[in-house]
Amino acid sequence: MSAPNKSYDPVEVEALKPEEIARRVDEALAAIAAAGDLDALAQAKVAHTGGTSPLALANREIGALPPHAKADAGKRVGQARGRVSQALKARQEELEAERDARVLVEEAVDVTLPYDRVPAGARHPLTTFMERVADVFVAMGYEVAEGPEVEAEWFNFDALNFVPDHPARQMQDTFFVKANGAGAAAEGESGVVLRTHTSPVQARTLVDREPPVYVVCPGRVYRTDELDATHSPVFHQIELLAVDEGLTMADLKGTLDHMVQALFGPDMKTRLRPNYFPFTEPSAEMDMVCYVCRGASVGNPDRPCRTCSSEGWIELGGCGMVNPKVLIACGVDPEKYSGFAFGFGIDRMLMFRHNVEDMRDMFEGDVRFTRPFGMEI
Amino acid sequence: MRVPLSWLREYVDLPATTTGRDVQEKLIAVGLEVETVEQLGADLTGPLVVGQVLTIEELEGFKKPIRFCTVDVGAANGTGAPQEIVCGARNFAVGDKVVVVLPGAELPGGFKIAARKTYGKKSHGMICSGDELGMGDDGSGGIIVLPPETEVGTDAIELLELRDEVLDIAVTPDRGYCLSMRGVAREAATAFGLPLRDPALLDVPPPNAGGYPVQVADPIGCDRFTARTVSGLAPEARTPIWMQRRLQKAGMRPVSLAVDVTNYVMLELGQPLHAYDRATVEGPIGVRRAAPGEELVTLDGTKRVLDGEDLVITDNRGPIGLAGVMGGANTEIAAPVADPETGALRGTTDVVIEAAHFDAIAIARTARRHRLSSEAAKRFERGVDPEAASAAAQRTVDLLVLLAGGTAEDGVTEVVSPRGPRTLTIPADHPDKVAGVTYGRETVVRRLQQVGCDVYGQDELVVTVPSWRPDLADPNDLAEEVIRLEGYENLPSTLPLPPAGRGLTERQRLHRRVGRVLAGAGYVETLNYPFTGAAVLDQLGIEPDDPRRDAVTLVNPLSDEEPDLRTTLLPGLLAALRRNYGRGSHDLALFETGPVFRATGQEQPARRLVVDRRPTDDEIASLDASLPQQPRRAAVVLAGAREQAGWWGPGYPAGWADAIEAGRTVAREAGVELIVRQDQHAPWHPGRCAALLAVADGEEILVGNAGELHPRVVKALGLPERTSAMEIDLDRLERAGAGALKAPRISTFPVATQDVALIVDASVAAADVEAALREGAGALLESLRLFDVFTGEQVGEGKKSLAYALRFRADDRTLTADEASAARDAAVAVAVERMGAVLRG
Repeated sequence: MSAPNKSYDPVEVEALKPEEIARRVDEALAAIAAAGDLDALAQAKVAHTGGTSPLALANREIGALPPHAKADAGKRVGQARGRVSQALKARQEELEAERDARVLVEEAVDVTLPYDRVPAGARHPLTTFMERVADVFVAMGYEVAEGPEVEAEWFNFDALNFVPDHPARQMQDTFFVKANGAGAAAEGESGVVLRTHTSPVQARTLVDREPPVYVVCPGRVYRTDELDATHSPVFHQIELLAVDEGLTMADLKGTLDHMVQALFGPDMKTRLRPNYFPFTEPSAEMDMVCYVCRGASVGNPDRPCRTCSSEGWIELGGCGMVNPKVLIACGVDPEKYSGFAFGFGIDRMLMFRHNVEDMRDMFEGDVRFTRPFGMEI
Repeated sequence: MRVPLSWLREYVDLPATTTGRDVQEKLIAVGLEVETVEQLGADLTGPLVVGQVLTIEELEGFKKPIRFCTVDVGAANGTGAPQEIVCGARNFAVGDKVVVVLPGAELPGGFKIAARKTYGKKSHGMICSGDELGMGDDGSGGIIVLPPETEVGTDAIELLELRDEVLDIAVTPDRGYCLSMRGVAREAATAFGLPLRDPALLDVPPPNAGGYPVQVADPIGCDRFTARTVSGLAPEARTPIWMQRRLQKAGMRPVSLAVDVTNYVMLELGQPLHAYDRATVEGPIGVRRAAPGEELVTLDGTKRVLDGEDLVITDNRGPIGLAGVMGGANTEIAAPVADPETGALRGTTDVVIEAAHFDAIAIARTARRHRLSSEAAKRFERGVDPEAASAAAQRTVDLLVLLAGGTAEDGVTEVVSPRGPRTLTIPADHPDKVAGVTYGRETVVRRLQQVGCDVYGQDELVVTVPSWRPDLADPNDLAEEVIRLEGYENLPSTLPLPPAGRGLTERQRLHRRVGRVLAGAGYVETLNYPFTGAAVLDQLGIEPDDPRRDAVTLVNPLSDEEPDLRTTLLPGLLAALRRNYGRGSHDLALFETGPVFRATGQEQPARRLVVDRRPTDDEIASLDASLPQQPRRAAVVLAGAREQAGWWGPGYPAGWADAIEAGRTVAREAGVELIVRQDQHAPWHPGRCAALLAVADGEEILVGNAGELHPRVVKALGLPERTSAMEIDLDRLERAGAGALKAPRISTFPVATQDVALIVDASVAAADVEAALREGAGALLESLRLFDVFTGEQVGEGKKSLAYALRFRADDRTLTADEASAARDAAVAVAVERMGAVLRG
């Protein structure tokens, strides 16, 4: 290293000669270009731009130059160092890109590998379908009501105008509960049954609430049928009850239309047929256009439909205007209020909506049946 | 009710082109459930003719007796020559008129007739039985022998009315009148807008004192009793073909003329009738309630011990019939029998005809009590037109006179408890208000009149309902009549506007969430039947005094082995697990949510409350007190691999920890952090069973159990090894729920992490150590996690090492290393003091 140039003589400094600087630059550029990987480049960087590199040393010599020479030398060295660091930067990027490309290739995996580490769970389609139906009505402002499955006969029958000995009481095959506890000694009837329909919830709701009442009650019900492809002793219904001033059968029809369109598509139609139920008057059976054949099977033996037996309509359940006798038994003034109600079998609806062929599949709990239904349907 | 279209046309002039399906459609629209339209004889083609047997040659040497016959079929075979036919039946003789099917014809079921060689002879056709013609089995098994006056060569398809359509109608309980041709015809007439020829409009002689004596001791059970007598019936008289055919098509078997006539009139008018052989009735006919224990052999040959509520028909000896349900064997019409000496036919010659009206409830109870659902009982239960009794009796008399050569005796007995016509008053616009349609007064009046009502008044209508419609009792009943006849299909579709709702309740949301979170954790929901029995509780090792033995029992279970309702969800879930396993699914995680049923032992029988007002709150409370507890539960069962092995590495088996975690998962949805304690509780493994607890109202309550099942239970139930299970009470969880969550404050200062390893006795519960650490660490502790459990020589016999990561953070500053260490030391100090823990160096 030269001593400071205190004499201000123009001193010939070897390191600052243009040829010398150009040589150093060439050396540096060559080393940078020759660096085959990021480690080699790092070494080249230290060698050619580090504190002891020739160009750095040359830079220090500038201070020893007389003022008039400084600018010239400074410019020369600065430019030289700029070229080197630019080349470094370019090579650095080049090598990094090469490395990244190589590493990413090495890290590539077979993304088609299966990953069934924790098999998926699922909710039962009957549960999720009941929720879906209920949600249609919740969206309209209805609330969801509930009641016990083991129910007093008064709620299941009497309050709903199934008077004792009425033949209608025999229409349903009822599971009766044995007298228990304090009353058991009498060997009498318990007056308690497994509810045969969700309709007792109607009575419970009316006894509990002041009109206007707009509720749906999904739930499990029981009848003494053996399990087979189309029957189950345990099945599911959803009940609807609306009691308000001035409700009409037209309102019932509109509500039913809305439900089937919400669940089965905007082009679905319903049909009411007169029928008889003790707890409604007038009463109707409600059908909807066959979800599967849309009526195309009617009178068309080439396209028989198993879902609707080529009738074109599927029976959904019973409905009607709440019998004023039911309102009276529940303490609602039939002069002021009227209402409508319906009850549908959820299981059957699910069967044709999802092409379930055998009722047993829904109650045997086979995971292969339930899993595909996932969280919601 | 089966309604032959040809018979229906007798009362309504339906256009000739109207088909059974047309009628079906119209009747369905007015509310008759026409289930099917049977096409009788649709696949039958002639020639089918009446023939007379000329000769019979018995063919010998075959396994069964065979006859070779010649039959005169007139010109039907084109030649007029006798038709040669081989026949296997034996119930006919030379000279009998029979039904012959000729080659070229086709019988029901695609049975083509051709001349063919059989039993060494050529047979040119067949002599037919009723069965072969699709008439229904008459029970004789033989061929049809026609009355001698039938003309040879007559087309038998027409003669036997083989082609017809039959509507099968499921009559609802309110439409008893439609269990008759008269009732269905009325509906059909209205539906088609045609007049009705009412078969009950007959001239009936007024009652007089000369009739068969009748004493009605129970005018409530029997408010009308008409008795008529016909004498001099010819025993050889047979039921004419047309009547037999109508009975057959309506689904009844022809028996004998007198019985057939009463059945025919019942089908026609809906009035059940009974014919007594007058020679066997002793003294006056009576109607009374039976004396308890009295006995009667009914027509079906069954000896019945009577109840004090049963209505009976009596003579001097005692009961001769179960009123309105079934007659007695002791007064049965005798079938004609040939006298062995003279050859003359002997049978019933004089009959007493009963046309009575009985109380619907009394008949329904008797029919149910004796498990005897007869055609008569079916009608009385649903309500018979009381005004039709005398017409029905008259019609029966007329037919017996006409068909059996009898003489109608002059005596007419009628015992009647008078009852006035039933009248209702409704606003003329009531049907409009029910339907949401403006029909107008005129339409309302016209429709009610079509139903058979008399209607007076303007804005208020005074409506007298017809005697055959006991179901028309309330204004809405009349509204329904108007609306159904105007057509349900014409109702408009409008939507009511409910008040704004509040959506699902917290409880309902919780139940949905529990299902979702378990499904999200890999569990599959099953819906199991709640029927169970003691055997499975035994297999589960549940003690006799366990509350899970307090089951609700059914009177009429589907299976005697499963008479109870579940007190726990586990049996159903475990059965589903086993079923899945048996079907080849081995890695299983199932869940169910739903009620269990626990008898409290305090249930009083539920009272039959009144229905003419709202029960009082006390009365309703008494009903609820009659019910068992029905808490809602969630449960899971698992077996096999919880996490599968695969290319990512090993899996791990489902076990007790998964079951307990399922409990925590469910509890979190209720906003509850479970307290887990070691427990011993069937059906779980005594060393691998947790009690799940929660704090409600400041008190710890048991909410469930979880863990691995007891190996004995696994073996007894045939379950996969190490099957684990959890059951938790959602209602209790809900009680313990924290309510709305308060959002945590998030500190953005840096975290200070400190690990500690503590050596404790192997019997010390990790949960207790954790609680001690938390307490000692104080407010600076942000979280704490057990990351390792170690046992082995280094920690010593009977000891275990628990390694925790503690994270400290302050709300208002960066913690210094000293502060974090001090907090850690404080945490350890409590563990040392309380659990005897030793800090591992």
